[in-house]
Amino acid sequence: MALKIVKGSIDRMFDKNLQDLVRGIRNHKEDEAKYISTCIDEIKQELKQDNIAVKANAVCKLTYLQMLGYDVSWAAFNIVEVMSSSKFTYKRIGYLAASQCFHEGTDVIMLTTNQIRKDLSSPNQYDTGVALTGLSCFVTPDLARDLANDIMTLMSHTKPYIRKKAVLIMYKVFLKYPESLRPAFPRLKEKLEDPDPGVQSAAVNVICELARRNPKNYLSLAPLFFKLMTSSTNNWVLIKIIKLFGALTPLEPRLGKKLIEPLTNLIHSTSAMSLLYECVNTVIAVLISLSSGMPNHSASIQLCVQKLRILIEDSDQNLKYLGLLAMSKILKTHPKSVQSHKDLILQCLDDKDESIRLRALDLLYGMVSKKNLMEIVKKLMLHVDKAEGTTYRDELLTKIIDICSQSNYQYITNFEWYISILVELTRLEGTRHGHLIASQMLDVAIRVKAIRGFAVAQMATLLDNAHLLTGNTQRNGICEVLYAAAWICGEFSEHLEDPMQTLEAMLRPKVATLPGHIQAVYVQNAAKLFATVLRKHEGDTDSQAAQETSQLLIDRLPLFVQSANLEVQERASCILQLVKYIQKLQQKNVEVAEEVTALFAGELNPVAPKAQKKVPIPDGLDLDAWINEPPSESESEDEKPKAVFAKEEPKHSRSRHPEVDEKELARRREARKQEQANNPFYIKASPSSQKVYDAPGVEHIPVVQIDLSVPLKVPGPESEEDITPAHQVDIVTEEMPENALPSDDDDKDPNDPHKALDIDLDKPLADSEKLPVRTHRPEVLKSPAEDRDNESVPQETKKKSGKEKKEKKKDKEKDRKRSKEDKKKKKKHKEVEEELPESQPEEAVQSEETKEAAAPPTSTSAEEVTAPSSAAAVDTSSAAAPESEPDEPKDAEPEDTDFRFGNVK
Amino acid sequence: MAPERLLWISCQRTDLPAAISPIPGSVAPLFLITMIKFLLMVNKQGQTRLSKYYEQVELGKRTALEADVVRGCLARRKEECSFVEYKDYKLVYRQYAALFIVVGITENENELSIFELVHNFVEVLDKYFSRVSELDVSLSKNTHYTNKVHIILDEMILNGHIVETNKNRILAPLLALDKMTES
Repeated sequence: MALKIVKGSIDRMFDKNLQDLVRGIRNHKEDEAKYISTCIDEIKQELKQDNIAVKANAVCKLTYLQMLGYDVSWAAFNIVEVMSSSKFTYKRIGYLAASQCFHEGTDVIMLTTNQIRKDLSSPNQYDTGVALTGLSCFVTPDLARDLANDIMTLMSHTKPYIRKKAVLIMYKVFLKYPESLRPAFPRLKEKLEDPDPGVQSAAVNVICELARRNPKNYLSLAPLFFKLMTSSTNNWVLIKIIKLFGALTPLEPRLGKKLIEPLTNLIHSTSAMSLLYECVNTVIAVLISLSSGMPNHSASIQLCVQKLRILIEDSDQNLKYLGLLAMSKILKTHPKSVQSHKDLILQCLDDKDESIRLRALDLLYGMVSKKNLMEIVKKLMLHVDKAEGTTYRDELLTKIIDICSQSNYQYITNFEWYISILVELTRLEGTRHGHLIASQMLDVAIRVKAIRGFAVAQMATLLDNAHLLTGNTQRNGICEVLYAAAWICGEFSEHLEDPMQTLEAMLRPKVATLPGHIQAVYVQNAAKLFATVLRKHEGDTDSQAAQETSQLLIDRLPLFVQSANLEVQERASCILQLVKYIQKLQQKNVEVAEEVTALFAGELNPVAPKAQKKVPIPDGLDLDAWINEPPSESESEDEKPKAVFAKEEPKHSRSRHPEVDEKELARRREARKQEQANNPFYIKASPSSQKVYDAPGVEHIPVVQIDLSVPLKVPGPESEEDITPAHQVDIVTEEMPENALPSDDDDKDPNDPHKALDIDLDKPLADSEKLPVRTHRPEVLKSPAEDRDNESVPQETKKKSGKEKKEKKKDKEKDRKRSKEDKKKKKKHKEVEEELPESQPEEAVQSEETKEAAAPPTSTSAEEVTAPSSAAAVDTSSAAAPESEPDEPKDAEPEDTDFRFGNVK
Repeated sequence: MAPERLLWISCQRTDLPAAISPIPGSVAPLFLITMIKFLLMVNKQGQTRLSKYYEQVELGKRTALEADVVRGCLARRKEECSFVEYKDYKLVYRQYAALFIVVGITENENELSIFELVHNFVEVLDKYFSRVSELDVSLSKNTHYTNKVHIILDEMILNGHIVETNKNRILAPLLALDKMTES
């Protein structure tokens, strides 16, 4: 009694310490790190003490500190010490700390094997429980191998509390030690029909996880799961099973057909939203996988869509969100049935919740058709005006562009409308997506010939009002559209009504505040406009006006010649000199317009991505023949470009020009890049087409001397470059290297832990596959099969000796314990007695406590009554396991009932 | 980091903490594994009161992850839905007075069932502590609460899977433990 009081006060004292720590951290906000380092010093002192209560409290504090993000791995050994305390409260603290702090790299884990085994076989179900819970957090491959058999035995424990935990832990064990799957699987399967719903649910969980990864091995369980699905009333379990069926149906279409009915029944009947949601999701998945095999599934789809509509209409934001999420899955295969709910989706755009609005946007992307595109975009434009956050507004902007440009502008019937939309979007201030709008403008203007007149007029207005766009800063992303506007006006200047006005707009002093790359385009295109204007004036024989134009350029260009941007400077100087020369000619009354126009003659057409490949090889040119002597084998610096190029066209890669040295190559590459950068067309073309020219190997090919800026006319049916005069777009498809293999294996990952679990479970179990079983003496560790033991035994004994070495480091008490453990089974009772004198006083109290706790066995359930006999049954069934040796200590049984109240409650 | 960072889907994957990132080089497993990745209890100030990880996350990355996650959830208004897409996985959160419970789950876990699980969890806490509304304060004052919440949590979620939802069965081990310490 006195002991107890002492113990109580000690406990309280430490409690206070613990609270002090927490309070102290709060009170030392400024120098928290310093405060904690003193605390850690204290804790280190406490850990050095022999008193297990002090240690446990120290470990408890460490767990708290670890949660705050402090590294406490140095205390791992002390945690192990606390774990091995015989008192449950301390053991629990130790295991909690271990589960929070240990990971696969923690080396002391290997010291815990025996301790954990002991706890697993403890007669106290909570010892076992806590060990299992801990294991789930820090099981390593070694632990998994050594303990697999113990845990498997626990799967048949009398207490459902243990069974369900053991079943779930097995999943972790399978992951870490895949060899255990086959021997353990029959028992796991049994657990699907366990009388206890908790165990059943655990088994369902594990098998679902295994099966989702490697479904084909689990198809044979489908009937069993089917039975469970129709009989179970536990929604959590049902959700799991339904998920599992979702994974199985792609492999077994017949299953899908069978499933639809019970699932639709559930959809009709259930009141649990989570279950309803799962069913709908699975029905969708099943229908997707069966889409061809099931003729009349429209009813099911209709049902799903209806239910989802109810979810979306619900005032609960969560349901609304999930409804939209599921709807987007249906959309992929059955767009028609979703499209009828367009009104509802559009409503969601007004929602207060941004995530819901974004979901709705996603849906809209898939819902547009030629008919409704304009209406939807109109609605979105309204939202763009209303949107407050720039993030959401930018999202809307990209969505509008995505929606309009999807599938090569498939849904756009009126490109004038689209250009107006793009122009309207330029009114957005502070958007990051100016370049996106710009590239769309360029793309449309280049590829839809019929629209050019309209586009040019719009762009001219944009240039005229450029001051509205640029606003104050250069950071304003929207000024990117001026790049497009200037280029379009310059390139298609013949469509301009008043080129002179545009030319003036482009040479305003304000332009000098624009980013360099835009100024460069301005200067270049001013020259194009100049040519147009000259021609116009000379056509009118108005030489006065023509000369005035030249003078305008001569006046304005010096501003750009001074530019800090090299590109702008260079272009401006060239053009300035050109104009000065022209002016001279003009003063001599020479007609120059034609020659100036000739500078920009020719049309820039879109180039198909595959164009380069289709360049016909001239007659008599053998690309595989060496032009000079082959280079020596050792030459390897070109290896990389060669490899990159080989992917696309291995045939050409061998014909590298051996005499072109690296420097020359680099220079040429630079020159080419420069050229591409200067040419707005190449920059703004679709990235895939650019890829062809960027491929570093191109320069190696002698044939490639072809000037790529010359429009390519590609023969054959693939020549989609010529634009039909209607509002049509060239169809440029994504390019794939010809020798690219279908990438089926892309989703298979060599590091995927589940891959190892792809095991045929129907094969009969060979002896060699039996789980390693621990026996008294390691050298007797013989499972019947030799082939496996040959390799595993030496390993194992080595490990054991390694362990022994490590354990020598432990203090004396540990050593004694271990030596006892070897003979522990028979002497367990005695051991407890032996331990008492040297253990702490509280522990004595503790054992007393357990006796007290054992006293009131209140009521008995049927299960408890049968417990001893079924335990015996387990023993015989797994006689191989030493843990269940018949000479189990007799005191185990009364203790086993100690915690009966736990189950009854 | 601004809240908008959190929201997006197409978010760069470069700075993902190792453990929540897909298993190196893989795409598929993310869609196939169904599990709870972590559970956090945080207060309105963003201080972690309790954290439980069901998948190894490096210590250094935990605090960053927690801060990130918490900021994302705290920034949301009441009328917004309780699911947040965060990097490669989803967050399900619920607020109880000053306490937030945030659960990180994989893509294909059923959000609603986790949402209900969180409530179940709080009901269990309520049943045991009887004044769950002050739990935040209690958690901050007394680490014994933390330990007990851990015990409850361990009974409910194991391995990242829901193992028990029956309140009585969840509390049984804890009550047994209490009896042991009382006597």
